Amino acid sequence: MSKNSEFVKFDKVDKSYDGKVLVVKDLNLDISEGEFITMLGPSGSGKTTCLMMLAGFETPTNGEIYLDSNPISNIPPHKRGIGMVFQNYALFPHMTVYENLAFPLKVRKVSKDEIDKKVDKALSMVSLTGFENRMPGQLSGGQQQRVAVARALVFDPAVVLMDEPLGALDKNLRESMQYEIKHIHESIGVTVVYVTHDQGEALTMSNRIAVFNDGKVQQLSSPDKLYEEPVNSFVAEFIGENNTFQGEVSDISNGKCKVKLKEGEILANPINVKSKGDKTTVSIRPERALINPSQKMDNNYKGKIEEVIYHGDHTRVRLNVLGNSEFILKVPNSSQNIDIKLGNTINISWNSTDARALDPK
Amino acid sequence: MSSETKQILTTDGIPLEVSLKKAEKKNKIKAFLLVAPLLLFLIITYIFPIGEMLFRSVDDRMVTNMLPKTFKAMEKWDGKELPSEEVFEAFYLDFKFLVEKKTFGKLATQLNYEKNGFKSILKKLQRKMKKFEQGNYKEQIMNVHKRWANVEYWRAIKRRAPDITYSKYLKAMDMYENEDGKISQVSEDRRVHRILWLRTLEIAFFVTILCFLMAYPIAHLLATLPMKYSNLLMICVLLPFWTSLLVRTASWMILLQQQGIVNDFFVWIGLVGEENRPEMMYNKTGTYVAMTQILLPFMVLPLYSVMKTISPSLMRAGKSLGGTPFVAFWKVYFPLTIPGIGAGCLLVFILAIGYYITPALVGGASGTLISNQIAFHMKSTLDWSFASAMGLMLLTGVLVIYWIYNKLVGVDNIKLG
Repeated sequence: MSKNSEFVKFDKVDKSYDGKVLVVKDLNLDISEGEFITMLGPSGSGKTTCLMMLAGFETPTNGEIYLDSNPISNIPPHKRGIGMVFQNYALFPHMTVYENLAFPLKVRKVSKDEIDKKVDKALSMVSLTGFENRMPGQLSGGQQQRVAVARALVFDPAVVLMDEPLGALDKNLRESMQYEIKHIHESIGVTVVYVTHDQGEALTMSNRIAVFNDGKVQQLSSPDKLYEEPVNSFVAEFIGENNTFQGEVSDISNGKCKVKLKEGEILANPINVKSKGDKTTVSIRPERALINPSQKMDNNYKGKIEEVIYHGDHTRVRLNVLGNSEFILKVPNSSQNIDIKLGNTINISWNSTDARALDPK
Repeated sequence: MSSETKQILTTDGIPLEVSLKKAEKKNKIKAFLLVAPLLLFLIITYIFPIGEMLFRSVDDRMVTNMLPKTFKAMEKWDGKELPSEEVFEAFYLDFKFLVEKKTFGKLATQLNYEKNGFKSILKKLQRKMKKFEQGNYKEQIMNVHKRWANVEYWRAIKRRAPDITYSKYLKAMDMYENEDGKISQVSEDRRVHRILWLRTLEIAFFVTILCFLMAYPIAHLLATLPMKYSNLLMICVLLPFWTSLLVRTASWMILLQQQGIVNDFFVWIGLVGEENRPEMMYNKTGTYVAMTQILLPFMVLPLYSVMKTISPSLMRAGKSLGGTPFVAFWKVYFPLTIPGIGAGCLLVFILAIGYYITPALVGGASGTLISNQIAFHMKSTLDWSFASAMGLMLLTGVLVIYWIYNKLVGVDNIKLG
């Protein structure tokens, strides 16, 4: 059986709370069955609103959402059969772990034996077997998180929504939970819609990422494409680190363009620029600019070191290049980099394909 | 081998515990000094009066001290027949002393509590006593009034011999110790107190239920509405709370009286005829309506403070997991509000059980409570020991309710805000 590539479908969805401002604008999004898709964006970008519309706690002002080809706007949340993991877990504090997990099964009138079996299975999936009789208050943050995940999965929903589920955990725990959720997704093949503002989380876990800003999806693509090939300056800025130059296209030919800056000129890869005279933001990832490269590259400049920050495995160097004093370089820690000292001038180079000329900011 | 653990010393060689105590001593004194004014205040205004009340309700030394000779002579009396001449003589001497000191009125009052009719025969005795001759007092006293020849009156005196009596408590339950020393009930037409106790419990119970039914939705709205509206609603809840109790009760009198606004309205919409306007005041209805309104904030506020801490995502979780809105409410939201319900109900019930002003003003004959009876004995009959006894019974009742509540729900679960 082939998987439905439009398992969840947002069709021209608009959402406004006050009739004046659109929180979500003309959202079209297809999610295929078994996919792990992340809605990533700054706060207020409309990603949580989308999730709430899918869960049924908000209704679209316009447009329709389809689940397995059925419109669901008029179906109340409890009939949608969508599991949800909330930001603060929303475990029922007066019920034991077992009762929390049994709740969705009990309301579905599942038999007692079946409930026991399913709860056992769900708890072993999140490696919490033996915690049945604990109260949520007696569990650590990470354990509560796992219970919440298990509870959202225990009734075998077709789709599981996760609203910043790892936001309250500390860094180490967050990372290990990311892998755990990813593995659970891989092993049971449920469709997951995940909301976060943490790009690292999104890049680690997702099949595809939808970057939201200002109520719109800016880019929908796989994590590597999102990072390597951002389609506009918002995505470039939001995902990972980024060095930018503002300028104007002075020449465009053969898939390359010349961008005139206030001081000097660079060769770039035209993405969002069409013709001569267009204003543009050129974006270069810090790790794509190299010091004294062995290969020949088509952009070569000199930069003065303004700041050196030691990061253990790498060193961050702030340079002044072409009038931009915020140019960041990431230098892997090795014995060769002896030149990196405050005030030194060094040679840096990059390929024009890595310098993406995007829309102006 | 001794089991004693090794003593830990500080670097200076002082035992650690001693050093710790020394270090904390200053803080402990400071803390005590801070609470001392409150402690003193509580002792003076609460613990001492309650002790005094307890003492007064059982204290019976007044009669004992007034009739020392009589009680001594009565020790040998078995109480079956009229006492001997010896007792009559002792009584005559005691009474004569009281008459000379002009304090026999107190004795008359006390004995009259015990048995009606004592006042008049003591007064008569006082008048006739001047002409009494030496000796044969039994005959002379019995000649003053025929009641003096009635053995029941002498038994009544003897019953007041002990220093301590629980007769006031029996009286509050419409019972008394009869001539044989057995506890029995007063005649049916005089059983007023038991009716009052039951009515007090009944009204307190139903007022609590009514308050709960009305306060729950209000508190829920308060906790879930946006700030702008919830503040306004909160003021609506608190405004009556800040208004004087008397003013509120008086306004209910204006509303509920037979020519009042509510009745006018009923007549105007044709619900009732002009001639048979219902009586909504000076009966239980008035007490219910006014007390419910007055005690409502005491239910709303604890409920609100608990509901505010319940995250809205819990209800959402309940729904997203497949519970209908009702199931999500009943299985998730409602159990989480139980601490607030407990606190609110306990508070309202305890306040209602001792409520005084409102039932006194709007309750009439059928709507008054035990506290009104206590006030009556404090102010009118001046039987303070009886009032104290009833007050203590009320206090004990409240403590029992608190104890039951603690057993059922646990006091730790109370949240007052």
